[in-house]
Amino acid sequence: MNIKRRIMLKKTLVGSAIAVAAGAGLLAPRAVLAAFPVEAFKAKSVDEAMKAAFGSNDSSESSDITLKAPDIAENGAVVPITITTSLKDVESISIISAKNSSPMIASHQLSEGTKGYVSTRIKMGKSSDVIAVVKAGGKLYTSKKEVKVTIGGCGG
Amino acid sequence: MASIKIRAKNKGGVTTVKALMSHPMETGLRKNKKTGEMIPAHHITEVVAIIEGKTVFTANWSGAVSKNPYLSFKADGAKGDKVKLSWIDNKGGSDSIEKTVK
Repeated sequence: MNIKRRIMLKKTLVGSAIAVAAGAGLLAPRAVLAAFPVEAFKAKSVDEAMKAAFGSNDSSESSDITLKAPDIAENGAVVPITITTSLKDVESISIISAKNSSPMIASHQLSEGTKGYVSTRIKMGKSSDVIAVVKAGGKLYTSKKEVKVTIGGCGG
Repeated sequence: MASIKIRAKNKGGVTTVKALMSHPMETGLRKNKKTGEMIPAHHITEVVAIIEGKTVFTANWSGAVSKNPYLSFKADGAKGDKVKLSWIDNKGGSDSIEKTVK
């Protein structure tokens, strides 16, 4: 209990520090892009995470998204992921790993003139589907790929 | 500080930015094997990229992004643009770097 309380306190402190900085105009450009709901990172299932992040889990699979990930990841701590999309008006590109304890891994907000492309490396607890969620023109599109993990990268 | 390595190249009007940050990216789920205590979460929560004063890319991350994270994105731009990349972590740490697009 106590530990959680500490963490809570810390988080509130950090949160307010950011708020103050934003207020002071230090992080002003940030306001241009919608702030990402941090609760989505705490969600325990893909559906919950989608709802927390985008307000709905109503999505359709799209062939205009290319999700590049290894078939077999030897080390779950470093799984390279590249997402490319030819969709128009891309607002955000998110990465979800279905079986991680918190499926939502990362969400990238793009502005006008930014190409539908993101490349990064993620941790995966065990073999599961990696889902790329692209928000374009107010709608959600997804693309899935199964990645087999030999050594987990979370916990242990 | 040099916690960020960045490369920005422009080809045909498209700037490709590649960045490597050094950060432990602790999830908060790992245990210290010797003491059995949980290692507290310590990870980057936000990365902001600004090209010529315009925010082009914001990354919101959980602890599930790999240690010493790599990030790459592409945006419209030209040679000579200034790219500024900065990150904030959940403990209030931050760093930033500025680079001219080649």
